[in-house]
Amino acid sequence: MATFVEKLGDIDRRIIFIVMALAVIIPLSVRMSLPIPISAGPSLDMYNAVDALPAGSKVLLSFDYDPSTMPELQPMAIALAQQLMTKDIKIVSMALWPMGVSLGNEALISVSDSLGREEYVDWVNLGYKTGGGVLIVRLGSDIKSVFPVDYDGNPVDDMPIMDGVNKLGDFDMIISLSAGDPGVPAWVMMAGDRYNIPIGGGCTAVSAPQFYPYLGTGQMVGLLGGLKGAADYETMVRVGVENAPAGTATPGMAAQSVAHLGIMLFIILGNISYLVAKKRKGGVK
Amino acid sequence: MNWTVLGIWLGALLSLSLYSFLYKDNPFYKFAEHLFVGMSAGYWVIYTIKNVLIPNWWDNLVPSEGGMQPVWLIPGFLGLFMVLRVVPKLSSLSRLSLALIVGTGAGLSMTAMFQTNALAQVNGTIIALGQGGGWFSWASNIIIVTGVVCGLVYFFFSKAHTGAIGQAANVGITILMVAFGASFGYTVMARISLLIGQTQFLLFEWLPTMGIHL
Repeated sequence: MATFVEKLGDIDRRIIFIVMALAVIIPLSVRMSLPIPISAGPSLDMYNAVDALPAGSKVLLSFDYDPSTMPELQPMAIALAQQLMTKDIKIVSMALWPMGVSLGNEALISVSDSLGREEYVDWVNLGYKTGGGVLIVRLGSDIKSVFPVDYDGNPVDDMPIMDGVNKLGDFDMIISLSAGDPGVPAWVMMAGDRYNIPIGGGCTAVSAPQFYPYLGTGQMVGLLGGLKGAADYETMVRVGVENAPAGTATPGMAAQSVAHLGIMLFIILGNISYLVAKKRKGGVK
Repeated sequence: MNWTVLGIWLGALLSLSLYSFLYKDNPFYKFAEHLFVGMSAGYWVIYTIKNVLIPNWWDNLVPSEGGMQPVWLIPGFLGLFMVLRVVPKLSSLSRLSLALIVGTGAGLSMTAMFQTNALAQVNGTIIALGQGGGWFSWASNIIIVTGVVCGLVYFFFSKAHTGAIGQAANVGITILMVAFGASFGYTVMARISLLIGQTQFLLFEWLPTMGIHL
C-alpha cells in the first residue's frame, strides 16, 4: 500500500496550479516586498555602460517584442527610457517586431511626458520595417533611405534629432529589447560585430542563457534577463530620483520568489516520493 | 461604460477563459483560443498590407508624384509566386522566390554567423588563466576552459568513452546538465513572469472596475 509520501508523487496537477496561483496572487495582493540587492553582473554592467554615455549621445533603442512578453520587457523599456532621458541622451527608436512600435511609443511617451522631453528633439520612433538581419545591414549604410519617414509619417530629414544620424555607426550605443528572432542575436551579428558598435540588451528569461556567451566575449556591454533584470534596472534607475514612478517588475519579484519556493518544494517532494517508491520496490540499495 | 473599461473586461474574461483550461478542456477555452487565432491572423494580414506592402512596395511602384516604376513589378511577382503555393499546378514558381530569400539570407549571415557564434566564442575561451586577477577569476577561467574541452570530448564519438576520455566526457555531460538546469530555471522564471503580468492586470486593472481596490 502506498504511503503518504509516495502518494505525493501522484498529486493532482490542479492542486499544483492552485498553489502556484495563490503563490502569485497573495504576495501581489498584500503588496509584499523583498529587497533586490544589486551586485556585479550583466544588469549592473548594462546600467554602467549607459551611465557612462555623455549627455547628447545618441542611442538606437529597438523594441523587438510584442504584447505576449510585455510583463518582462515593458518594465525594461520604461526604466531604460527613464535613464536615457534623465541623462539627456537622445533616443532614436525602431522595431523589428510590428507590435513593438506601439509598445515602445507607450513607454517613450509616458517617460517623455513625466520629464518634459520633446518628440523629434529628444526622441523619435521610426516605426517598424520587415527584414530582420537584412534590414540591419541596410541601416548600417543608410538609415534615412530605410526610414524616410517616422511612425507618424513625418519626414526624418526635418527632425533635429536626426541631424548627423545617417548610419548605424553614428550611434553611441544600440540597445535591443528582444523577445526572440529577430532581436539581440541579429543586432550583435549584423551591427555589433560588423560596425563595432556597443550593443546592450534586454530579453525574456527564456532566451537569457543563450545570450550570456556574448557577455563573456565582450560582444555585449550588458544584458537584462527577464523580470529579474527588469527589477534590477528599475531599482538602479530609481536610486536618488525623487517621486520616481513605481515600476511593475519590482513588485512582481516578491511573487516570483514565492512562486519559485513553491516550485522548489514540489520538485523536492516529487523526488522524495520517487526515491521512497523506488526503495520500497528494491530499486535503491 | 467607456471603451477602456470594455477592453479591460474583454481582456479579463478572455484571460479567465484561457486559464480555465488548467481545470479541463471546456467551451470557454475553445472560444477564447479560436478567437485569439482568428483575430491574430486577421490583424497580421491588415498590418502587413498597411505597414509592409503599401509603404515598401505599392508606394514605390506607383509613387505619389506620378508615373509608374515598372522595376517594382519584379518584387510584386516574386511575392505573388509565394502565394501560388496554394495552386498545385503553379506552386513550383514559389521556388524562385524562396531561392532568392534563402540565397540572400545565407549570403548575408554565413560569414557573420560564423564570426559571431563560432570565432568570437572560441576567442573568448582562449584566455590566460590568471586573466582578471583574484581567485574568483582563476576559478572561473579554469571552469570555462575545462568545461569547453570536456564538453567537446563528450561529443567526440570516434574513440570509446573509457579511461581518461570517459572521465572527461563525464565532466562534460555534468557541465552540460548544469547549463540545461540554468536554462530550465530561466524558463520557469519566464513562465511565472507571464503569470505575474496577467495577475497584475486582473488585480490592479480589472478588479478596480468593480470598485474592488487591493
